[in-house]
Formats: sequence, structure tokens, C-alpha cells
Amino acid sequence: MESTVLNKTDDRIIQIESPILNIDNLSVSYGGDKYSIMNVSAGIQKNKITAIMGPSGCGKSTLLRAINRMHELYPETHHKGGITLGGEDIYKINPIELRRKIGMVFQRPNPFPTMSIYDNVIAAYKLNGIKLKRSEKDEIVERSLQEVGLWDETKDALHKRGTFLSGGQQQRLCIARALAYKPEIILLDEPTSALDPIATAKIEDLLVKLKKNYTIILVTHNMGQAARISDHSMFMYIGELVEYGKTKKMFTTPKDERTEAYLTGKFG
Amino acid sequence: MNITNPISSQKLKWRIFNDKLFSIVMITFAFISAIPLLSILYQLVKKGYKQIRLSFFTEVAPDTMEAIMAKANHEIIPGGIANGIVGTIIIVGMASLIAIPLGLITGIYLSEASKGKMTNMVRFVVDMLQGIPSIVLGVIAYIWIVKPVTSGFSALAGSVALSIMMLPSIVRSTEETLKMIPSTLKEAALSLGVPYYKTVLKVLLPTGMSGISTGIILGISRIAGETAPLMLTALGSSAINLDITQPSSAIPLLVWEFYNDPNLIDLIWGASLVLLLIIFLLNLLAKAISKKWKVQY
Ligand SMILES: Nc1ncnc2c1ncn2[C@@H]1O[C@H](COP(=O)(O)OP(=O)(O)O)[C@@H](O)[C@H]1O
Ligand SMILES: [Mg+2]
Repeated sequence: MESTVLNKTDDRIIQIESPILNIDNLSVSYGGDKYSIMNVSAGIQKNKITAIMGPSGCGKSTLLRAINRMHELYPETHHKGGITLGGEDIYKINPIELRRKIGMVFQRPNPFPTMSIYDNVIAAYKLNGIKLKRSEKDEIVERSLQEVGLWDETKDALHKRGTFLSGGQQQRLCIARALAYKPEIILLDEPTSALDPIATAKIEDLLVKLKKNYTIILVTHNMGQAARISDHSMFMYIGELVEYGKTKKMFTTPKDERTEAYLTGKFG
Repeated sequence: MNITNPISSQKLKWRIFNDKLFSIVMITFAFISAIPLLSILYQLVKKGYKQIRLSFFTEVAPDTMEAIMAKANHEIIPGGIANGIVGTIIIVGMASLIAIPLGLITGIYLSEASKGKMTNMVRFVVDMLQGIPSIVLGVIAYIWIVKPVTSGFSALAGSVALSIMMLPSIVRSTEETLKMIPSTLKEAALSLGVPYYKTVLKVLLPTGMSGISTGIILGISRIAGETAPLMLTALGSSAINLDITQPSSAIPLLVWEFYNDPNLIDLIWGASLVLLLIIFLLNLLAKAISKKWKVQY
């Protein structure tokens, strides 16, 4: 029984050599014995974009949030299995330390409304009470805004509130904010679902550029997006990781009929 | 072009008339409900304006003899309400110092731990506090402070009574304001590795500043005019008193004293007018702050 399960997953789940992040038989519950994701195992390759797809409610956000332990905000959560980052058990790292190594960007742009653009970028330092010299701050702000392609648009308005920017600009500001700490991994949970097509295209271009320096895990509702920019794709269905492989391969020759049904628009 | 209107012009006229009638009725009723406030203001200004000179703010309340002499000479009663103004500032200020931190912490607790037995109990207690008559709070402060702590009537006892009174409005406005803040803001901070308590202090509180400070100011304006609890605690004083363990005057206490002395009764109007203006200004300030500090998410 055991071995058939393993065999079944083997050819549908790609094996990543020396992954930066390794998810090992992870199940997460928000309370009680109902698990929102079950027995998920996957390695994540460094400097690649890994997309997580699946119909809504299938556990994409839960999996993503387990990676930087944001799911622990709900007090009744518990999990089985584990995740390692560079070989280190993330559940043994202080969550605050962990989140500095694994940044996160959310569905709706959420710049801090009381802060200027400048302060939003260095928010991680400011809020953590890390003192920086003026020149260091200037450097981080310029580098981070350059990285997200927002520097030219905002360099003369750095002391305006971040909430004055357009939705797409706000989302890039949020990415800059997550980059300011130089994390190893960036998690993005449907980062373009609240944006128009032009702003979405800009973010997609940006993510492709960013993978040179960062490892990106992207939850997306949009198959086209996954096809356009991701290297690897996961397909999840009702809490299960159904299939995980190279994006091109998975979109052309899916191995599981549920993946195929999803990709051909039969559900989701 | 000939467009036939589905509503005949007769009907349309009737509708417009109805609309107008309705707004006239509304305006009339709004005006009627404003009459008490306007007539109170008129009365206070008419009878009180003569008293309001610089000395009204710098001198303490006169005694009966001074008032009788002034009246005999057809002069304005000398003196002012400086002892009441200083007393009100001290008592209300100290009540705020007690109630604001306590109210903020409780409000944060209620909004963050919004479920659970303990939370419901705290919320119930706060609601109960809101319903306690102010005179009863005076009795409580008398038992807690006047007897055991200051062994006598004191400004401190007055502050304790008033701080309990303003607590519910601070707790509630803090809780409601924080609950309005989208949870994504909290998540943004936590995902940057900011510890929970710093997230509350440096992100949630500043974001809710406008609503919270409005609640605090409205709480202050509510207690500034309270009289009953002060009668049992601060008692009153004919001199300016800066020692919080000693009896102290307050503007509403002076109004009460003036009312009880037929020779001083003319001073009621001026004192009431000053009190009303203070409360009015506090309300304006609350409005201005909630507008100016409004945060757009
Ligand atoms: N805070 C929560 N408490 C309880 N159940 C939750 C919570 N968040 C999500 N769930 C449940 O977990 C499952 C997966 O949700 P989620 O990970 O948000 O899915 P997705 O992001 O793919 O839409 C859903 O059935 C959802 O109802
Ligand atoms: Mg989701």
C-alpha cells in the first residue's frame, strides 16, 4: 500500500536536486483533524520561479503561508511533516528570523498607509528598530526601488505617502519593501489579481528579472501567468499536490487527468 | 422629436411637490430639535457675557460678602472662576492619565483577542461600566480613595471617579477603530519579521490614530462637565489648589455652588458659558483631528 502511493507520486512529482527549500510530507490544519493541505512533498529550486496553481480553496495560500510560518497567525493551526531552508528546519528557526529570509507579497497591495514611499521601503528596518545611517537608508531605498523599476517614477516623490501611488505601483512598492532585507526567497500570493493587464505585465516582467537574485514562489489563479513566467509548476487539488513538474512539460503533457482537466478549463 | 414620457406631466408635478414637501418637513424638524441648544446658548450669552472679562479667568470665585457689596453699588460681581478652571484642568488631566493607557490596552486586547471567554467578560464589564450612574462612581471613589488613600476629599479621588467614567468610550473607540484596519496591514508587518507587539504599537496604533484620539477627546469632553461624582470626591475649594491630595474646585462644582447662594446666582451664566465653550471646542477638535489624520488604506 505504502509503496504504491510512493510510486504514484514519483512520476508526477519532479525531484529537485539540492533544493533551497524542501517541503517534506507536510500537512497543515487550521484546527481539529481537518487538514487543508495533506502530505505535500516538494523541493524548490534556487533562482527559479515556481508557480502554485489550482482551483480556489485547494490550499495554495495555506502551503505558501506555511513556508514563512504566517499560517501560525491563526492560533489553532498545527502541522505534520516539515520544511527545511538550506537544510535547516524552519520550525526550529525563530519565525521572526525566518520571515527576514523569506519575504512575502500579498494579493492586495498593502503599503503602510501612515508611511511615505521612502519609509515603506525601509519599513522592515524602521519597524524592527534597526538604526541605519542616512546614507545607508538612501542606498537601500534606491537599490530596492531600482530593482522593482519604480525608482524613476518615484524618486522625486519619495516623501509622499505610498498610498497615493496607482495599484500597480503600490504592488511594486510592496515587492521593494520585501526585497529591502535581501531575503533568499520571495513568496507571492496572487500578486496581480487586483491589477489591470498593463500593471500585471509589468509585475510579470519584474519577477522574471528578479529570479537572477532571488528564488520566487508564486501562487496564481491565472494559468496564463504560470505558463508565461514560471519554470516549475505545481497543481494542487483539494489539499493535495497532484502534479509538480517543469512548466512547459506540464502544460503540454500533463500526467494526471485532474491536471489536464484544470488546464483545459474543465474546472477552476 | 417627440418622446412620449411614461410619467404624465401631472404625475411628475405631484412627485416634485411631494419631494419638496418632504424636505420642508425634514428641515422643520431638524430646526425644532436644534431649538433647545440655540435657546440655551442665547440664554447663557445674554446673561453671562457681562461677567466674562479677563478677571473672570484669573481671579478666584468671590465670597458672599463681596457679592452683596457689589450688588449694593450696582456693580458687576467681582472675581472669577480661576479656581474652577485650574481644578478642572488638573482633575480631568489626571483622569486622562489614568484612563488613556488603561483604555488603549484594553481596547487593543479586545480587538486582537476578539473571541474567547475572557474577551467576552472584559467586554461585558466595559459595557456595565458605561451604564453605571456617575454618582455611583463618586461613591466608589469615595470608598477607594477618599477614605483610605488621601484621608479626606481630594482632587485625586475626583480623577479616579472620572477616569472610570471615560474608560468605556476610550476602550470602545480603540477596539472599533482597530477592527476597521484591514488585517493585511498587520500581515504585512509580521511578514517583514516585525514582532507582534511592535506591529501593534508601530503599525496598528498609528494607523488608527485618528479614530482613537477622537474617542479620547470625546471621552474628555464627556467628563469635563460632570458634577455629581466630584461632589463626593473633590468637594470644592475656594482657593486655587495644586495639591492633588487636597480638595479642589472644578467649573461644574462652582456652578453648583453659585446656584446654592442667592447672592452669587448671577455667576452661573458666565461659568456655564465657559464650560459649554470648552466642551464645544473639544468636540470641534475631535472633528478636526478625525478629518486631518484620516488614513486611507
Ligand atoms: N483561517 C482559516 N481557518 C480555517 N480554515 C481556513 C482558513 N484559511 C483557509 N482555510 C481553509 O483551508 C482551505 C484552503 O484554503 P486556502 O489555502 O486559502 O486556499 P486557496 O489559497 O487555494 O484558495 C479552504 O478549505 C479554506 O476554507
Ligand atoms: Mg488563496
